[in-house]
Amino acid sequence: MAEKFSATGNQMVAEAIRQAKPDVMAAYPITPQTTIVETYDKFVADGRVHTEYVPVESEHSALSACIGASAAGARVATATSSQGLAYMWEELHIAAGMRCPIVMANANRALSSPINIHGDHSDIMAARDCGWVMFFAETAQEAYDNTVVSFRVAEDPNVLLPVLTTLDGFVTTHAMDVCVLEEDETVEKFVGDYKPLYPLLDTDNPVGQGMFATLGPDYMKQKLIERRALDNAMEAIEKHGKEWEKITGRPFDIVDTWGCEDADYIVVCLGSNAGNVRFEARKLREEGKKVGVVRPRVFRPFPAKQVAEACKNAKAVAVIDRSDSFGSPSAPLALEVRSALVRNGVTAPVSDYVAGLGGADITLEQIKQVFTDLENGGTDQITYMGIEG
Amino acid sequence: MSQLTEIRWHARAGQGAVTAAKLVADTAMLQGNYIQAMPEYGPERTGAPLKAYTRISSDPIEVHNNILNPDIVIVLDDTLLDSTDVTEGMPEDGIIIFNTTMTPEEARAAVNAPASMKVATVDATGIALATIKKDMPNTPIVGALAKVAGLFPIDLVKERLILTFGKKFSQEMIDANLESADRAYQEVHE
Amino acid sequence: MAEQISYSGTAGFDYDGYDNWDLSDFPTGYVCPKPGTSVKCFTGGWRSMRPIWDAEACTNCMLCWVYCPDSSIEVKDGEMTGIDLYHCKGCGVCVQECKFDALKLISEAEALAEEKEGE
Repeated sequence: MAEKFSATGNQMVAEAIRQAKPDVMAAYPITPQTTIVETYDKFVADGRVHTEYVPVESEHSALSACIGASAAGARVATATSSQGLAYMWEELHIAAGMRCPIVMANANRALSSPINIHGDHSDIMAARDCGWVMFFAETAQEAYDNTVVSFRVAEDPNVLLPVLTTLDGFVTTHAMDVCVLEEDETVEKFVGDYKPLYPLLDTDNPVGQGMFATLGPDYMKQKLIERRALDNAMEAIEKHGKEWEKITGRPFDIVDTWGCEDADYIVVCLGSNAGNVRFEARKLREEGKKVGVVRPRVFRPFPAKQVAEACKNAKAVAVIDRSDSFGSPSAPLALEVRSALVRNGVTAPVSDYVAGLGGADITLEQIKQVFTDLENGGTDQITYMGIEG
Repeated sequence: MSQLTEIRWHARAGQGAVTAAKLVADTAMLQGNYIQAMPEYGPERTGAPLKAYTRISSDPIEVHNNILNPDIVIVLDDTLLDSTDVTEGMPEDGIIIFNTTMTPEEARAAVNAPASMKVATVDATGIALATIKKDMPNTPIVGALAKVAGLFPIDLVKERLILTFGKKFSQEMIDANLESADRAYQEVHE
Repeated sequence: MAEQISYSGTAGFDYDGYDNWDLSDFPTGYVCPKPGTSVKCFTGGWRSMRPIWDAEACTNCMLCWVYCPDSSIEVKDGEMTGIDLYHCKGCGVCVQECKFDALKLISEAEALAEEKEGE
């Protein structure tokens, strides 16, 4: 039985990647992802892994090298954050279109300008339409579990897509928490061997990759195929997640819900903030208030049915976003939640909140305010929290 | 009822506050507690003021936000008092431990701590320079914490130190750290 | 004129009815399972100017062969034998690089008219 020990989220992600034994890792260090790369580099230097580690000169090169290695037939992992993820933007689409099952960890962080090194979801939300599967971890332990499962999901024959396994900058990347590391053999057996479909290194069966499709319906056909592959990922996450849950005894729910069965007022949020919201919700329950919390652990594909199901009995729903979609009527998560509720016939009104940008603390007081607002009929515009003083 | 203890650390980058926050958490974990230890980084340069946090609880810890109402505050550098309100958000019966050459009375006056608050002082820097031969007051201050707050016995701190430093440092360095913790445990004034 | 390109019969992969393929017929990642097919692609039709080779003036220095971006300078046993007009796009780089006035560029219309006359 694996023992409890103390570790940061970044340590746990590095361990998960090590245990999945990627053939290639090409990465560029950036705060607050640095210790993932640093820790992995040490594994390489100590001979604990046989990964070909490529110390590239930028994130653009990092993901380019990863795509090349993946097309060649390698199991590939990398990690980045913020400006680094933004710098990878064109490759994000290429990796998905070429169906490269790359696993990339992202330490969710604010984007410049103004310059800010702290945690929020601005970087990762800007990558939400690139065709990658996206996990959000609440804790260091979950960052580990999500990363292990990511390899299985990415390489599932019905999916074959890159996966972003994300954790919140500093709050999860740098905080030390009680964690469990499964045995190397357990992970090795769970992840299994990767058998690439069309490896470029198979010179007996040469193929062309990264092809051209212009005019005619081919480009649109390919995009529809890509959409279906990402939709298929939901079933794969469910399947592999439940198998991992069985092995570890730790829950692996696509949507984590608390108190929703009879809740009048529900708050939806992502990542590390969920613990704070649940903590406040527990206190409100003790006061007799019927409140609930919904946390999608998977953001792409978006678990619309599960979120709608959790909210179906609510009188009102609030969404706390940790990024904004400037010019949109809703911030990113709220946009998804609204769409999910409408498509599934749930009529509860949704109130939008933006909090915790640039590492600002999302305080229990703010969370309480959100629940109070819901009781009083909610809000009809986006509310930025914590800007007083 | 769950027992949650929240500690806030005030220090300057380079003094080892984050390591100390983790050492306290790891020590409490040996007792079967759930823990959290995290830094709140400002500008990334040596000497910059920083805060770090430690949470200890008999139950799993869900909150991940900053600690606003610490039960215990530890000040690793008394020159921070000019710029930082170290008692902010503390309850009336809180504990505050200073690394300083001031007496407890002087320290209490310096931060206007009420009589209900426990104030302790220890020259952790002096002890560190005498034992570890470096200005690293982080290990001795944990020894002082063991005495003043009674969260865990000093022997458990030493057991944890051996576990943590055992792989990385020479026996000489480990012994110096153990001695620094012991001395601070003995020499802390309340 | 442009030769009809046929992919049928390539090992293990059938391009018949390509335009009507179902989504499931495409190899994952839009991979081209039978590569090296660009040689079959008629790019000569993109030409508005055509290089004309003067074998008498040619010294077989091979500069044109080095510079041609479409590998359209035909060579046998170290000697130039002609220009591959099925692939030559008429860019004129060979003419620019030739130091011996062995290559000149004329309009494709003129070249076609001369061809017709010769028939």
